[in-house]
Amino acid sequence: MTQTQQTQDKLERLVFDTLESFGAEPEEITREAGLRELDVDSLDMVELGQIVEEEYGVRLTGADFKETRTVGEAIDVIAARVL
Amino acid sequence: MTDQAVVTADQAVVTGVGAVTPFGVGAQTLFDRWAQGEAAIEGGEGMCNDFDPAEHLSRKEIRRADRFAQLALVASEEAVRQAGWAESLPYDAERIGCVIGTGAGGLQSFESELDVLRDRGEHAVSPLSIPRIMPNAAAAVVAMRYGLKGECYGITSACASGTQAIGAGMRLLRLGVVDAVVVGGAEGRHTVFSRAAFKLMGATSQSGCARPFDRRRDGYVPGEGAGVLVLERRSSAEARGAEVLGEVVGYGACSDAYHLTSPEPGGRGATQAIRSALQDANVRGEDIAYVNAHGTGTPLNDRTETIALKAALGPASMEVPVSSIKSAIGHLQGAAGAVEAIATLIALRSGIAPPTLGLEEPDEGLDLNYVPLVQQALREPTAGARIGMSNSFGFGGHNAVVVMKAP
Repeated sequence: MTQTQQTQDKLERLVFDTLESFGAEPEEITREAGLRELDVDSLDMVELGQIVEEEYGVRLTGADFKETRTVGEAIDVIAARVL
Repeated sequence: MTDQAVVTADQAVVTGVGAVTPFGVGAQTLFDRWAQGEAAIEGGEGMCNDFDPAEHLSRKEIRRADRFAQLALVASEEAVRQAGWAESLPYDAERIGCVIGTGAGGLQSFESELDVLRDRGEHAVSPLSIPRIMPNAAAAVVAMRYGLKGECYGITSACASGTQAIGAGMRLLRLGVVDAVVVGGAEGRHTVFSRAAFKLMGATSQSGCARPFDRRRDGYVPGEGAGVLVLERRSSAEARGAEVLGEVVGYGACSDAYHLTSPEPGGRGATQAIRSALQDANVRGEDIAYVNAHGTGTPLNDRTETIALKAALGPASMEVPVSSIKSAIGHLQGAAGAVEAIATLIALRSGIAPPTLGLEEPDEGLDLNYVPLVQQALREPTAGARIGMSNSFGFGGHNAVVVMKAP
């Protein structure tokens, strides 16, 4: 496994765990799942950005997730900055 | 009591009650343990130490609500279930209101986020800070949980908040703008900051003992909790076959307009509030079977309240049982009025006046029947149902009194 792949997996785990802590049901959290369907809103996404910053030191704001509709898209937005 | 007070078209009846208090979750638990003379004060505070929000609420609700709103949610669940609303709302959701009071709102969240701000900077402060801190949060999350779409707001009048929420809800019903309303009060755990600030004001007990009306009393014991009541119009509650637990028959409120924290000497404001509540209920002092006192245990409150009860109830004040639940659970502040109205209602239903604990040596001039140490029977009315009264007086000079009747 490449280092990038490892980082990608770790990032995905972080996002999944964070969404679960926000109240989403773990079995419903997939890359394809819609954030709205998971009952995750813009306030949650700001907090996700803060958690990512804490972990990776990159600053993401609510505006960075403005167009984000799915979990996978959120991961991609973060990955583009982190990886 | 005059006959026309017994039935009017738009009586506000209680169909559900719920409480989370230092005695645990449950309104009946609260009353039974208090009536047995138990106290739930530890280390000079009345905290809901056994309360675990995870047993009652979803992860999302817990994360998005400060402790005061979590307590309100759990109290509301008990009340709404008892009212028979658990499966579906009995009225058009747009005609069901929600009014919940609090003293400080989400003070815990405020303080912890201030720490984040100082330690980690502006960018790290939670985006959920404001919705957790705002004093209307309890009303908002309760309305969201059940989909109550009528008028909804928070009330802040310090320790009178819970009683004023009941009064506000009763008025919404009387005005006919709602068919039902969920009312109550909630207060979260004390924080390092609030503990220090109350202590410096000299309001809280230095000894850590709650001894309302006693010669040795030295302030109140701070507490946390929530109380929620479901109010409906009698006609519609009966039409849907709901059990009527009692009625809110009168409400009176006013301001001392005197001092930020001290009650007006001579009890003018408290007397005014009691009188207007009795007038609103169309009852006289001798009709009152039980008084749930504000009874904080501060030197000034207990004296002022005694003077006010004598002035407003007349000679009947010397006979009626007057007791303070703050002697058992502490002062639940924004929740106090709601929790105490629930205790008043159960007292009226059961015929029992629970005791004022810690009252061994009544202070000079404090000579009402404060039900010292052991429960008593209520004063039975000569005719009709039992009527009782619950007083709340808050910092800021807010005086609020609710008059309730057993069914």
